[in-house]
This record gives sequence, C-alpha cells and structure tokens, in this order.
Amino acid sequence: MIKKIRSFAFCTLLGSLAFGQLQAAEAPLRIGTEGAYPPFNFMTADGKLAGFDIDISRALCEKMQRDCSFVAQDWDGIIPALLAGKYDVIVASMFITEKRKLKVDFSDPYQKSAMTFVIDKNSKITDISPSAMAGKTIGAQGSTTQADFLSKVYADSEIRFYQTQDAVNLDLISGRLDAQVGDIIPMLDWTVKSTDGKCCKLVGEAITDPTYVGDGVGMALRQEDDKLRLALNKALAEIVADGTYKKINDKYFDLNILTLK
Amino acid sequence: MNWYDYLSYGPTGWGDELMAGLAVTAALALTTLPFGLLGGFLVAAAAVSPSTALRNSALFFTTTIRGLPELLSLFIIYHGAGMLINHTIKWLNPEAGFFELSPFVAGAVALSLVFAGYSAEVLRGAWQALDRGQREAALAIGMTRWQAFRRIELIQILRLALPGLGNLWINLIKDTALVSVIALNDLMRMANVAVGVTKKPFLFFITVCLIYWLICLLFEYLLSALEKHANRGHFKQQI
Amino acid sequence: MFDLLIEYWPKLLQGALLTLKLTFSAVIIAATLSLPLAILRSNHNSIWQWPIRLFVSFFRGTPLLAQLFLIYYGSGQFRLELTEVGLWWLFRDPFYCALLTFSLNSCAYQIEILRGALQAVNKGEIEAAIAIGMNKLQQYQKVILPHCYRIAFPALGNEIILLLKGSAIASVITLMDLMGHTRRVFSQTFDISVYLWAALMYLLITSLFVWLWRKIEQHLNRHTQRPSDHHNLQSAEQSTTKKYPLESANVR
Repeated sequence: MIKKIRSFAFCTLLGSLAFGQLQAAEAPLRIGTEGAYPPFNFMTADGKLAGFDIDISRALCEKMQRDCSFVAQDWDGIIPALLAGKYDVIVASMFITEKRKLKVDFSDPYQKSAMTFVIDKNSKITDISPSAMAGKTIGAQGSTTQADFLSKVYADSEIRFYQTQDAVNLDLISGRLDAQVGDIIPMLDWTVKSTDGKCCKLVGEAITDPTYVGDGVGMALRQEDDKLRLALNKALAEIVADGTYKKINDKYFDLNILTLK
Repeated sequence: MNWYDYLSYGPTGWGDELMAGLAVTAALALTTLPFGLLGGFLVAAAAVSPSTALRNSALFFTTTIRGLPELLSLFIIYHGAGMLINHTIKWLNPEAGFFELSPFVAGAVALSLVFAGYSAEVLRGAWQALDRGQREAALAIGMTRWQAFRRIELIQILRLALPGLGNLWINLIKDTALVSVIALNDLMRMANVAVGVTKKPFLFFITVCLIYWLICLLFEYLLSALEKHANRGHFKQQI
Repeated sequence: MFDLLIEYWPKLLQGALLTLKLTFSAVIIAATLSLPLAILRSNHNSIWQWPIRLFVSFFRGTPLLAQLFLIYYGSGQFRLELTEVGLWWLFRDPFYCALLTFSLNSCAYQIEILRGALQAVNKGEIEAAIAIGMNKLQQYQKVILPHCYRIAFPALGNEIILLLKGSAIASVITLMDLMGHTRRVFSQTFDISVYLWAALMYLLITSLFVWLWRKIEQHLNRHTQRPSDHHNLQSAEQSTTKKYPLESANVR
C-alpha cells in the first residue's frame, strides 16, 4: 500500500513537470506580445489577438516559412518571460533603448515613434514643461520608455504607473489624471478614431529625445539567438520591399510609420 | 449598445469570453486542490513527526507561506522558478531547449503551496484533536500503523478538518483572481480585457463580482450540507 | 544580490511604510464600523440584519482584487454623478479608493468575528450584570465588550495579517506600496532577488506583528494566570494558549 502511494506521488510529480514541456529547436516560432495596446496588439471581442504587430508577425513568419504561435504576456514581465524562454521573440511595439539592450538584442526597427502628452479637451494645460507641470498628476504605462522619461524629467509632478495603456486611458477619461504620456501613434489613433478617446487631445511637441525614444521600435530577442535575428531582419526587408508592409501599415494608419512621413 | 449586449455571446459581446475565463478559473482551482491538499497532508505529517528537523522545516514552511502575500508568492514562482529551472537545464545540457513554465502551471504551483501551508495547520489541529486512545486500540487489535491511520484516523481528521478546509477552498477560488496579474486568461483578466476595449468598468467588474459571489455562495451551501452529512453520527455540542 | 539592496533599500522602505499606513488605517476604520454593525447584526429583531448579512456575504464572497477594480475603475464611470454629490475627491485618489475597499472588506470579516465572539460571551455573566442593576450601556461597557474582544482577539490578529498581505494588490491601481516598488525595481533590473528581499520584508513585518499581538494578548489575559506563575514565562505562555478559559468553564 505504501508503495502504491509512493508511486502515485511520484507520478503526480512527473505529471506536474510534464505540464510544461521541453521545446525542441525547430518548433513553431513563439511570439510574445502584450495584447492590450491597440491598434498595435489587442484582444478582439472573440478573444483573439489582433493588430499591427500581429499582422506584421504573420507576414514575417510567412516569409521565413515557419509556423508561428502567439503568447499574450503582461507588459511588466514581457522581457523576463523572453529570457525565461516562454517565447522566442517579442513583437509588441517595444522601443529599442540602451537599457533594454543590456538584456536583449533587437531586430532592425520595424516602426519609428515618438512620445506625446495627452490631456482632456477641456483642460487648460498649454505648457508641458517640467516646471509648468509641477504638482500635476501624470500617468503612463509602467516599465515603458514613457515611464522612464517621466520619472527622470518630471520629478516634481505626481507620477502614476499603470499595468496597461488601457488603464491609463481610463483614468485620463475619468479625470484622475491631469495628463498622460504615451506613444504618439496609438495616442493619435485613440484620440481621433475611437469614441471614448474623443474626450482628449494631444498637446505640445512630440518628444523625440533619442535617450528615451532610441532608434525606433524593434523586435526583441534573446542575445544568443543571432540566427533568428538575422532571419527576421531579412524577412522584414522583404516585406518592406514587396509592399506587404505598406498594405498592413495602411490598414491601420494614415501615415507610414516606418519613416514617420 | 445596452448592458446585456456587452454581456451577450458572439463576436461583439463579451459573454463567451467571460465564460471561457470562468472555465480557466475553474480548471486552475480544481488542479490546485488535490496538490494543495496532498502538500498539506505531508506538511502536517512532518509537523507532528518525532523528528525535530522535520518539525522545524514544517514550521518554517507554514510560517513563510502564511506570512507572504499570495501575489508575491505568485511572482516569485512565475519569474523565479522559471529562471532557476532554465539555468539548471542549461548548466546540465547547454544544447537543451527551454523549459516552459506557463502562467497556468506557475499559478497552480503557487496556489498549491499557499493551500498546503494553510491546510497543513487545519489538518494538524484536527490530528491533534483526535482521541489517542483510538489509535492505541487499533494498534492493540493488530492493525499496522498505516491501517490505523487510514481506517481510524484519516476519516476522523477529514471530518474535524472539513469546516476549515471548506473555508480554504473558498479562499482558493477567490485567490485564483490574482493570476490575472501574470496574464493568465482567467475570469478576472477577461473582464479587464473587456473593460480596456469597451471602457465600461463598472458593468464588467460588478458582473465578475456577482459571478464569484454566486460560486462562493454555492460552495458555502454545499459545504454546510457536507458537514451535516459528515457529522450525522455526532450530537451537536450545545454551548 | 546585496548591491541591489544597497541601491534600492530606500525605495523598498518607502513602499513598506505605505503598506503599513494603508493597512492600519483600514483596520482602524473597519474596527470602528464593525462593532456597532456586529451588535445590530446579532439583534435578531433588527431590520438591519439582512442588509448587514448581504454586505458581509458580498465582501467575503468576492476576491479583494475584483472589489478594488470595481471601486476604483467602476467609480470612474460615474464621475459626473459623484462630483454632483461631492464625493469625487474621495474616488479620484487611488489611496482613498484602496483605503475604502480594504476598510469595507476588513469590516465584513471583523463583523463576522465579533458576531461569533458576542455569541460566545457567557450568558451567566450578562444575567449577573442585569441582576446587580446594570443598564444596557453598562452591560456592554463593563461586561459584554471586554469579554467579546478578549475572545475575538486572536481572530482579529489573523484578520489584520490577512489584510496586510492582501494590501499587496494596491500596486495594481498605481499605489507604490512595498509590492509596487518591488515590481518597479524588478521591471528595471530584471533581478529576481528584489522579490526575495521584498519577501523578507513582508515576513519581518508579519512576524513582528504576530509577536506584538501575542504580547498584548498575554497582557489582556493576565488575570487568568495564577499568581504563582506570574514570573514563570513558560507557564504564562501555556495559560494563554488555552485561549478561552471562560468558554471552556462554560462547556463543563
């Protein structure tokens, strides 16, 4: 009887380990994304991932002739999960920054971007200099370049960090925030195209300081995965050249986000 | 759109997504229960064992688990255990692939540890409340220690521990909401996703609250019926 | 591992202070509300019984995280209405939202604990109080409540610890408590050891609290120790582990 129990315990232990399986080398490419960052990556009402990042990934996979699967990951943990091997590449509109380069490698940029302040349409804020914004409450998504920018440059303002961009938007709508800092493209998209974003408008010049915005937006990979990085770069160049990129771009945006022109 | 449109099934409503999330929540709770209970038994056995080392490790385990926020345990397992396992695998075999600790497994492991920590205390209390004489009698009539445990003690421990374990089960169901923070698509996270898209926070959060409430009420009812059944041979103690 | 602590300890400490502030403010608010509600709930003729039961059942039957989201983001949907009744300042601030949620949640649990303790107060004591001519207020003040709190004391301590741990979710509505700072440091350094340091800090806080609570409990129960045991620590501990001496006398 004791033997039975022991072997049962052993089996359950093995069973629990088998939940996560060892991944073979040529398995489908696993792509990590956030799924809460429209229009780049988001969940549709039928529970599927969609958006610019997803479409671009699919196009890249097609060019590389590899099967792809998507993994949704909370933004805070998106780099740790890559390092832990939960997926092989992050396609989630991530800025290429020096700090991130210490941990991961990036593909060539597949979009350019800048940051911008967003405020309520009825807000009286016109000056967004750090001294004018002192004492005001400013929000941004945590673990982002916007968050770094705010905590360095706007030290005298009250800064709040949120789990998702959607949560920042919610609190700007409800008036808990005086302003927020976000990526210019999703912010334009939100304030112009969506119904709930009608509350708000962009203010001030776009923030293009390369210390924060870096060299644009790239796909992040583990540093040892050079082969995959080169393959992605090649596929990216191909979809830009054959017009696939433009087709996807135009589906979501009015301007070309690879050049920002 | 009316509120019931938002909660309806189909491509525009979120009802089907919420139900899919509920299925994940249920799967997580049901996966956790047997492992947590088994862990609780092992820790409780260690806590009443004659070995000082075993007793101390059991004490260390229960104190740590019960002193840490469940959310923190979850993060430590999710980020820490994944890294640790991969480092070990790489160290053993640099050519090996990656071990994937999914949010589901991480959540189940963390919640099992929490459940084990709390249920160990409940089980130990029940164990110690047993009448020693019964065991001695069982041994005296020639049962082995294992037989005495299984036939005499275990059933009584379960009866005595039932109210405590029932509470822990309801707590476990509520704790599953925490895994939404590590991106497992459970009921709570699907509500968050729906709120992000629809900007109707009150509607969706009150809905998930009501769903959790209903489940907890249901189990409260079932557990009290079960307790009544388990205690049918015992007089209710009047105070 | 240690260099991380050297660089970030002021942040973690700052976070721990907010955790403590949030938890203990909520506990105190809940404690003030829970006593009258528990008394109302115990009175079987009260019309308040059902609303209180519903309140307790809801807050004990739903996840704290869902309650926090409901109160924080849910209230944002009613900004105009709340501004009209002059309550928006309360819901505008994440700290107050967390405080409100935790207070209501803890209040529900404390009502249940106190209700049980009120029931466990020896009926003979109350009869004796009536017999010597105490009025209702005096009965509560001098007899029922002291017994009630002594019986409820260990359970209340557990509840405070549960709330302290539960407060870690305040970080999801932007509050930089211990958990909030920990997650931020982790997202900057990707260094897992920050979680271990946070774990140590939480353990330190909870064990200090358990120790303190036990000391107070011993103090409250000092009259149940035999005089000869007074300086004997070991037997003092034994007498307090026998938690409800009055109740056990009653059973016999």
